[in-house]
Amino acid sequence: MMSGKTEAQASGSFMQDLSKVLRQNIRDYGMYIALFVIMVIFAITTNGIFLSPRNLSNLLNQTGYIAVLAVGMTLVIVIRHIDLSVGFLAGFLGAVAAIALVQWGLPTLFVIPLVLGLGALAGLITAFPIAQLGIPSFVASLAGWLIYRGMLQLATEGTGTIIIPDAAFNAIGNGFIPDVPLGGPFEQIHSLTLLLGIIAIGLFIYNDLNSRKKKIAYGFEVLPTAIFALKLIFISGIVGWITWVLANFNGLSWTVVVMLLVVGIYHFITTSTVLGRHIYAVGGNPEAAELSGISVKRITYIVFGSMGMLSALSGILFASRLQSATTTAGTLFELDAIAAAYVGGVSAAGGVGRVTGSIIGALVMTSLTSGMNLMGVGISYQYIVRGVVLAAAVIFDVATRRAAR
Amino acid sequence: MTTAILEMRGITKEFPGVKALNNVTFSVKRGEIHCLVGENGAGKSTLMKVLSGVYPHGSYTGEIGFAGQVQQFRGIRDSERAGIAIIYQELALVPELTVYENIFLGNEVRKGALIDWNETIKRATQMLAKVRLDVNPEAKIKDLGVGKQQLVEIAKALSRDVKLLILDEPTAALNEGDSANLLDLLRGLRDQGVTCILISHKLKEVIAIADSVTVLRDGQTICTLDAHEGEVSEPILIKHMVGREIEQIYPPREHKQPGAVVLEVRDWSAYSPSLGRQVLRNVSFTLRKGEIVGFAGLMGSGRTELALSIFGNSPNYRIEGELQLKGEPRQLRRPSDAIAAGIAYVTEDRKGNGLILIQDVKQNITLANLRALAQRSVIDANAEVKIANEYRTTMNIKTPSVEQRVSNLSGGNQQKVCLSKWLFVKPDVLILDEPTRGIDVGAKYEIYTLMNSLVDQGMSIVMISSELPEVLGMSDRVYVVASGRITGELSVSEATPEKIMELATN
Repeated sequence: MMSGKTEAQASGSFMQDLSKVLRQNIRDYGMYIALFVIMVIFAITTNGIFLSPRNLSNLLNQTGYIAVLAVGMTLVIVIRHIDLSVGFLAGFLGAVAAIALVQWGLPTLFVIPLVLGLGALAGLITAFPIAQLGIPSFVASLAGWLIYRGMLQLATEGTGTIIIPDAAFNAIGNGFIPDVPLGGPFEQIHSLTLLLGIIAIGLFIYNDLNSRKKKIAYGFEVLPTAIFALKLIFISGIVGWITWVLANFNGLSWTVVVMLLVVGIYHFITTSTVLGRHIYAVGGNPEAAELSGISVKRITYIVFGSMGMLSALSGILFASRLQSATTTAGTLFELDAIAAAYVGGVSAAGGVGRVTGSIIGALVMTSLTSGMNLMGVGISYQYIVRGVVLAAAVIFDVATRRAAR
Repeated sequence: MTTAILEMRGITKEFPGVKALNNVTFSVKRGEIHCLVGENGAGKSTLMKVLSGVYPHGSYTGEIGFAGQVQQFRGIRDSERAGIAIIYQELALVPELTVYENIFLGNEVRKGALIDWNETIKRATQMLAKVRLDVNPEAKIKDLGVGKQQLVEIAKALSRDVKLLILDEPTAALNEGDSANLLDLLRGLRDQGVTCILISHKLKEVIAIADSVTVLRDGQTICTLDAHEGEVSEPILIKHMVGREIEQIYPPREHKQPGAVVLEVRDWSAYSPSLGRQVLRNVSFTLRKGEIVGFAGLMGSGRTELALSIFGNSPNYRIEGELQLKGEPRQLRRPSDAIAAGIAYVTEDRKGNGLILIQDVKQNITLANLRALAQRSVIDANAEVKIANEYRTTMNIKTPSVEQRVSNLSGGNQQKVCLSKWLFVKPDVLILDEPTRGIDVGAKYEIYTLMNSLVDQGMSIVMISSELPEVLGMSDRVYVVASGRITGELSVSEATPEKIMELATN
């Protein structure tokens, strides 16, 4: 009797806790829930094809070149700016990479850093009128949009599409990490992928437990134990499932490796370093940041420089995936990246937004495209649906922020 | 006997925690120039906002009688319709529009659904003649000086058939010629039957022009003087303005022999390209080790500009003059230079440019000195929490945890976060700009105690304050600033409210 009652109470309070946590953190969890719902819907409407190993692997690879842009764009929006030039900059730099490989015969290992450097330079050039003269970034980067579009066409004018025959370069967009052959029951399975996935889950659980312990030691608010456990299980489960699915196909692709590296590095910079704190301070209140000894100009250059470099990376991923540079490469990338950042919870008012959120935002947007393609939805309807999802995400964000106040 | 055009009776207006107006009575006769004077925070602006409907009927208690009727204004539009026009210190003109467009903005001369521009220009020209302003009505506002813009504002008010014209510090930004002009015009308007309320800190001006003067202090009417019946002089006005007993709200403080000169500024002038005027002229002052130096003056006198120009010049003034720290000439080109040189500046506007409201207490406290917590630029999160908790304890910041957003804290606790942030950079010179503005008496006392203990430890403090009792209660020495100049230096023994007021209204 007694124990039954206690259990009922406990489960009651668990549900209460859960709904409280969800309500309080709805902004942070909203996009994960959205992604989950979208995946379930497409799994049903495509009779499971959407969740097939081949499609999921494809989906992640397609997300790559938008995801890296979204990471950079997140920081640009955090400091209250925008960069429209990134799409055609990516396209143009992809063409430069192709020309360097094909026409100049330069080795891949030289071309990639070269193009990344050019991208960073282009970002600094965009930042110059913004930081130095106070020109609105919308205008400065719109000029870049036009200029890089023109330069992309110039670069591909003579030859049209430039086919890239370099196997190493093309592996970035199409290849998979090598396997460690284990044989036996693992013969059919990409064991390195599986191993990496298990390590990732282990690290995640260890980290989260550790930070929770510290927070408790400091007397900070932490999630109730049951909810915390649920969160660990849920996230580990998803990572584990994705790992399993990929391991049953070709394993981790290089694109996903690049994407994870970019997210990891940017996540670390934004959450743990002085630079990251300064970026969010500038976004939160530029005047206060300046008076605290932070150079707003310097931060503007750094953020746009990083955006340019990530545009170059996006261009490389895209050119490598198509194994060629085309005259229309990069078209609308900037809008996909901006949409991904907003769906991922970045705030136009500045100072708020996580790079991890933007990756989820990018996954949401690519899942929509991929799922609707599988369903055979026409391209016109696809645009409309994506527009509605973007609007809904931003309305949701604003509404939850108002409720939190 | 002239009758009253305006009768405000028993006006009480409360804000959370503060009674801004307490049973104020204010009566203005038809066709007079009535000056309203009082210290900063005495309630002048609040009273005018009640009158003009910015604070709508119902948000205050008391009664407003205007032009023979009891009025219940629900907004500015209502009071405008009744014939009341207010001209604020910050002019409400559209810089990119022409003079005539501005005069008739919101009150366009219509011909059917369209605007009759010819008639507009004709009437605008008449209005400009009325205010004796000789400019092309087609000139853009941004091309006019502040003095002329002020006249355009008055012309705009007159175009609406105004019965009562209220001017809030109209001469604060004007030079002497323009000021004299404006006062002359007001006399002319009075003779044409326009009643005028003038809020001014410049007492000489008040005495020169007023028919009556009402003094407010601490949200109460102290007296109304009739310039034609009794004597109205500066000493009398000042006595009424500051006449309160200074309560014991300041911790005891012994004035020790100060140490060596820490900061010296010589012939410091600053020109603001964005405002298009000189904000500081030939300012010289010294600050010694272990000293609190008060900078008194009225709002807009140039004290904040002085502080910002020293603290790395973030507004990008063109500066002439010399700055020495501990005897060495220094060039501080940006706030980070100033911080590195041992100067800290606690802003007067903590929400505007002091705090990052969307971030938490610890992030705000550590922002100006993150490198002290970082190894190879990676922040030690544990050290950060530890430091923040130390300040939380020593400064008595009332917050559930250092992970609380600062926007959720009260004004006094926000100010303590600001102070903690600047103490964490371990400065030699601490510039406090209105350190107790908008915070309650308890927190004030804590901040005063803190200031005393900081100077005992050898820090030097510049305290900018518009509250005279605070200046007198806390400073070792006082500089008075007016119109971008230092108009006087007083030791604490010779400083009196009257002397400071006199220098500040110079």
